[in-house]
Amino acid sequence: MTNSFDDLEKADCILVIGSNTTENHPITGIRIKRAVMKNNCTLILAEPRHIRLCYYASIWMRQRPGTDVALLNGMMHVILEEELADEEFIKERTEGFEEFKEMIKDYPPEKVSEITGVDADTIREAARAYASAKSAAIVYSMGITQHVTGVDNVLSLANLAMLTGNIGREGTGVNPLRGQNNVQGACDMGGLPNVFPGYQPVDNPEVRKKFEKAWGVDYLPGAPGLTLMEMMEGAYKGKIKAMYIMGENPILSDPDIQHVKEAMEKLEFLVVQDIYLTETAEYADVVLPATCFAEKEGTFTNTERRVQRVRKAVSPPGQAREDSWIVAEISRRLGYDMGDVEASAVMKEIASLTPSYAGISYQRLEEKGIQWPCTSEDHPGTPILHTEKFTRGKGLFHAVAYRPPAEEVDDEFPLLLTTGRLLTHYHTGTMTRRIEPFNQLVPHNRVWINPRDAEQYGLSGGEEVVVESRRGAIRLEARVTDFVPPGVLFIPFHFAESPANALTGTALDPVAKIPEFKVSAVRLVVGKEMKKISVV
Amino acid sequence: MEEIKININGRDIVTSADRTIMEAARDHGIEIPNLCYEERLEPYGSCRICLVEVEGARGLLPSCYTRVTEGMVIRTNTDELHRIRKTIIELLLSDHPVDCMTCERAGNCKLQDLAYEYGVKKSPFEGEVHVYDILADNPLIERDYNKCVLCGRCIRICREVQGVGVYDFVNRGFKAVPGTPYGKPLQETPCEFCGQCVSTCPTGAITSIPSKGKGRIWQVEKVRTTCTYCGCGCQIDLHVREGKVVEVSSPVMVGPGEGNLCVKGRYGYGFIDHPDRLTSPLIRKKGKLVEASWEEALDLVARSIRKAVDTSGPDSVAFLTSARCTNEENYLMQKLARAAVGTNNIDHCARL
Repeated sequence: MTNSFDDLEKADCILVIGSNTTENHPITGIRIKRAVMKNNCTLILAEPRHIRLCYYASIWMRQRPGTDVALLNGMMHVILEEELADEEFIKERTEGFEEFKEMIKDYPPEKVSEITGVDADTIREAARAYASAKSAAIVYSMGITQHVTGVDNVLSLANLAMLTGNIGREGTGVNPLRGQNNVQGACDMGGLPNVFPGYQPVDNPEVRKKFEKAWGVDYLPGAPGLTLMEMMEGAYKGKIKAMYIMGENPILSDPDIQHVKEAMEKLEFLVVQDIYLTETAEYADVVLPATCFAEKEGTFTNTERRVQRVRKAVSPPGQAREDSWIVAEISRRLGYDMGDVEASAVMKEIASLTPSYAGISYQRLEEKGIQWPCTSEDHPGTPILHTEKFTRGKGLFHAVAYRPPAEEVDDEFPLLLTTGRLLTHYHTGTMTRRIEPFNQLVPHNRVWINPRDAEQYGLSGGEEVVVESRRGAIRLEARVTDFVPPGVLFIPFHFAESPANALTGTALDPVAKIPEFKVSAVRLVVGKEMKKISVV
Repeated sequence: MEEIKININGRDIVTSADRTIMEAARDHGIEIPNLCYEERLEPYGSCRICLVEVEGARGLLPSCYTRVTEGMVIRTNTDELHRIRKTIIELLLSDHPVDCMTCERAGNCKLQDLAYEYGVKKSPFEGEVHVYDILADNPLIERDYNKCVLCGRCIRICREVQGVGVYDFVNRGFKAVPGTPYGKPLQETPCEFCGQCVSTCPTGAITSIPSKGKGRIWQVEKVRTTCTYCGCGCQIDLHVREGKVVEVSSPVMVGPGEGNLCVKGRYGYGFIDHPDRLTSPLIRKKGKLVEASWEEALDLVARSIRKAVDTSGPDSVAFLTSARCTNEENYLMQKLARAAVGTNNIDHCARL
């Protein structure tokens, strides 16, 4: 997030797009609801599904999945046409505006309405509300990023914020909500193929030299490595021979799981380090028992860049060991001694090599969390980014044209599938599906179907149905609800026995390599026809 | 906000004009007893325990509800206030099962604390008492309205903070009680099972089912940590008894969540000591995963990685680190890939 949770309650207007906040980030949801209830903040919601935030929204744009760029361009068309842009901000702080302005001309609300299914006047109303607010914040999540146009979607949001000067101030910003407790931290720590900790690029020789010296090695590779989806493809094609997976369950979380399974089988060696024998661990040659958050010292970095302590409360079961010990032991056996891997010592090393974490220490974290960048011991942390300038200097407008999703509906696969989470369960369910009360509340998977579609298929809810895509098929219960629009199905991906990701495709955003979980073409099979289809 | 001067119990105090008497007093270390007050909620002024004397005011004023004004002279602990508060507590206890010996909330109960402080052993008021059925209509939240003091905190947190509004007062007068629409079980209402009502209930009227009988507040050690589910980063206290996490709470007004938790944060701890946890390294032998020693497992991992590097180069090895692990672990994992193996093939589930 460029801004903080506290800031959401200072906004006059919040645009939530591609985020079912109250279910996936419930406590951030509280902030948004409170902003509406107490501060009279105008909530604009752009979301295909009817979610709880609909009850709080002044304006709800129910766009077709995968049409976000068109929708945002339409809003920006209105802002330019009605002269609601922040010209001073554009002039002082940005570049690339002219080219962007030309491109936007192609997106009058009427045309956008045809692409997105959102009424043109509603687009106008939303544009006016966002642009005329004193401070307006954008909140988004995987509904924006998990598309083949994920990067385009985010760039369009950045365009919208810059166009109206809604960045770098209290109550504004472009605020992604990270889905897992420490996605932010895993990225910050260089758990990415192209950067060292603190987003220092691996292809920069100076940076490499710094790390070579600090780590006492002669040579660090300069070519960016493979992303997760490319690794799976590499394994499938035999280029990746060995894989070490720590705390992940790609067999349920990755798209097109049949393909992932085949990739796993082709590996010469797979080691999985986890707290349970996950669906992925079943494919491993070696499984290493690790510790969960309650059994170790450390830090997590939340979605507002706040580094906070994790403390040991209980001992790990049996012979399970801390992940840091395991990694260090393997490293030692490979001839590289990591030295002291006790958590506070590691944080010292991180701080010494990562400018944005330079001022962070366990001593300071004892009191409360710190938001990076925190560049020295007396730096208070940074609640709001880009207050005076952007990381690259001037903010760059990108002329982003609308591209349709990778897969569109046709006669054979006439329905759109979108996937996500439920409030009561979490990700691949390895933890929450082992919690009995949660299983009582939400015992099994259901596919959400609009009543109009249900009628066409003769469904009233509660029946078993099969959902099939070009990749696979799953069998699960039908839930008839107008929480999804006609023509759209929703399936949560927590359930191993009817895994949504058997259906999703591996089409990736060309830059971010993120899969398009939010749009797949599927068909619904009911009654006797179901017998003809083999399900996962 | 404008600074003003007030006097509490003879002490001159400078405070901000937007504070209530209760807040201004608390800022300066003066606690005013209360029951229906909660920092996360709007002031309500229903329990009258926090009444104070203000010079020149007509009658006594609820300190939770009354804003300070310039020159206000306040007394929070006179004999008269003591007598009134004691009477209120006696009235509350006249219709309250005094089963503190077995009550889940003993030691963490505002009513119990007040009775102790004001020396109320037994209520002098005898009369009709409520006999409500205990409602355990779902796997997480139990409601025992026999212990309800009608402070409305459950109603208010569900409405003001959660924005859900599952509860409201039903019936009138002596029969008034918080209830769900048409008395439906919680699972048939829009309840999100966040347990915020449990967290704010000042007595044993609303309690958590999973932690029932697992240990009362003085039997547990609280360990402050960060929640392991989504990216909000709520601060939580793990209640540990005999080496097990038996309950989770969140410190009020601390950290990004300000003491609020969702259903996963509050009740999602059962996975920690689940019998399915891996307790030994496993190695695949003749197609089956069998238990092995750490030495054997780690040696095999290192040997296999080394083999891939030697035969096909460092880029034939790939590492998946984890958004579920700590910063320190992620740092070490990428260091392993880059420094020990010599590849940038490291990624994690950020995109999933």
